[in-house]
Amino acid sequence: MSANGNGVGPLLEVEGLVVRYPVQRGVTGAAMRREKQFVHAVSGVSFSVSRGEMVALVGESGCGKTTTAQAVLQLIRSQEGSVRFDGIDVTALGARELRRLRRRMQIIYQDPYESLDPRFRVESTVAEALVVHHEGTRRDRRERVAQALELAGLTPPELYLNRYPHELSGGQRQRVAIAASLALGPELLVADEPVSMLDVSVRAGILTILDTLRDSGLAVLMITHDLSTAARFADRICVMYLGRIVEEGPAVQVVEDPQHPYTKALLSVVPRRDPRRRVQPQILRGETPNPIDVPPGCRFHPRCPVAIAECRATDPELRAPVGAAEEHRAACILAGR
Amino acid sequence: MAGRLLEVENLHVWFDLPQHRELHAVQGVSFAVDRGERLGLVGESGSGKTTTILALMGLLPPTASVAGKVYVDGEDVLARGERTVASYRWKDLAMVFQGAMNAFNPVRRIGDQLVEPMELHGIASGQTARKRAGELLERVGIPAARLRNYPHEFSGGMRQRAAIAMALACDPKLLLADEPTTALDVMVQAQILELLVALTNDLGLALVLVTHDLPVVAQTCTSAAVMYAGEIVEAGPMDALYHDPEHPYTRLLFAATPDLESRDVVVSIPGAPPRLDQAIVGCPFQPRCDRAVARCLAERPSLRRMGDDHDAACHLAGVGAGEVVA
Repeated sequence: MSANGNGVGPLLEVEGLVVRYPVQRGVTGAAMRREKQFVHAVSGVSFSVSRGEMVALVGESGCGKTTTAQAVLQLIRSQEGSVRFDGIDVTALGARELRRLRRRMQIIYQDPYESLDPRFRVESTVAEALVVHHEGTRRDRRERVAQALELAGLTPPELYLNRYPHELSGGQRQRVAIAASLALGPELLVADEPVSMLDVSVRAGILTILDTLRDSGLAVLMITHDLSTAARFADRICVMYLGRIVEEGPAVQVVEDPQHPYTKALLSVVPRRDPRRRVQPQILRGETPNPIDVPPGCRFHPRCPVAIAECRATDPELRAPVGAAEEHRAACILAGR
Repeated sequence: MAGRLLEVENLHVWFDLPQHRELHAVQGVSFAVDRGERLGLVGESGSGKTTTILALMGLLPPTASVAGKVYVDGEDVLARGERTVASYRWKDLAMVFQGAMNAFNPVRRIGDQLVEPMELHGIASGQTARKRAGELLERVGIPAARLRNYPHEFSGGMRQRAAIAMALACDPKLLLADEPTTALDVMVQAQILELLVALTNDLGLALVLVTHDLPVVAQTCTSAAVMYAGEIVEAGPMDALYHDPEHPYTRLLFAATPDLESRDVVVSIPGAPPRLDQAIVGCPFQPRCDRAVARCLAERPSLRRMGDDHDAACHLAGVGAGEVVA
């Protein structure tokens, strides 16, 4: 098939991804020939995810992390750039080919109270994807549903097959959602804030499932606003700000030795468990600028505590600071200086 | 008893369910808050933390019945029902609700909405009230000129600040904040927590911070009460709760919380909390506990004093903890 079909190289390669939405001008706006505006949700994002790797896209709301995930699955169409899945550029595919490919890439959503159909029993929910893709006989499907439930930690599966979502706790619902996404045996799983709606005591269980699946070769792209979770579970972290990745690297390095001033500020305000461990929070004033009017130069410079004049003119590239490891990169002209 | 700003004694709340059943949401909660103190009320969903503070505010629905004593400045607020509660609500105790940033009336200016509670409670009216509304807005870090704005012209963080300003309108002594930062980004969360801490330091305001987020409490509050199945299972100085937890639930809850700087394995707590529409026999945490012994099945533990202001409701607290863990 492709150069990457044998599992060498990343499973998912995103390059220069751009997603923008037109802003509605309204009838008067169009009549007055007001200039067409765009929301620049994702403006040139590149990253990759290998088999057996968990990559976390981290950032605040509006930074473009969820849009990036949706563009990876082509649930929304991107305007520029490429998304190569196992060597195939999915942005060039038609609806039919895309559908065939989608069984290899699945998504789980944030809210298990919304994502499950309340009228479907667990068995029908998990089997639905198999039915849609005409997989197996009824008996095969039953077998695969049971396997998927076990992978998601719902054991013994017979106990859950005939239940409705309202009979399950939040953690169990999210496990059903995971089982449903695993039924087709995907190679890439996109998890959009998979635990943020759940109680703390059950979060680790869900994350451990993803961890275990990753060990068996699944590629996981996790979208999260929670740096502590990303630090503990992801192999690599990409920090996003206003539609760009501003820092990328191995999770431990990004957390322990951040290079971008935004990452540094973000890490400083994450509350620590230990009350004795007080970090002087470096609170950025104001809020993330509107993605319609992206600041010129470095898009972080209006809020940056260390910005110099040059930052207003130069849009920095994501690069490894001089003397640092190649896999740890930051989009800041001052990084490593 | 004297001198404490708020004292809650053996508070119970029941909700009526269909078919003459009852849900015992709060099962004998006691705690106290002093002026300028910051107390965290921590628990997972269904633990009764929000119900507890709604009971203090007298804001529970008619299906709820309340028992126990709530003293504000030594006076029993619950004693004569709605009449006494109403005279304290907003003036002595004020509350910031979960999702308060979405609670503003979208078609009225922020200023008008800030003036309303002042006029309603006879604190100020007319130009005086407007001037005070401007000062309140400035106090929470928003220019007074923005009184003329509508809620949609504010960001989420600014609306949450405005909600705090509104709670401060009648100059309360105690602020009850229910998950004030849950829907906010971490940078905005840091701004709001910084504001809450500043208000307690500068105005002597006391704060009860209700949240499921232990690290937020660890970094904001001096002491905390951990709730489980409608009761406080452990309470004490924040430092003692983290470094010397006496209740297994507290210890496991910290262990279930990932931390930026720790490589510890993050654990999950198996099982689920007990149903509160049935009587609980023994320790409510026993089915999920990693240390339970025979006594935990039969006898419900009550809060015992373990150290300076440190209480725990566990039969094993203080005895042989080391051996059992090892």
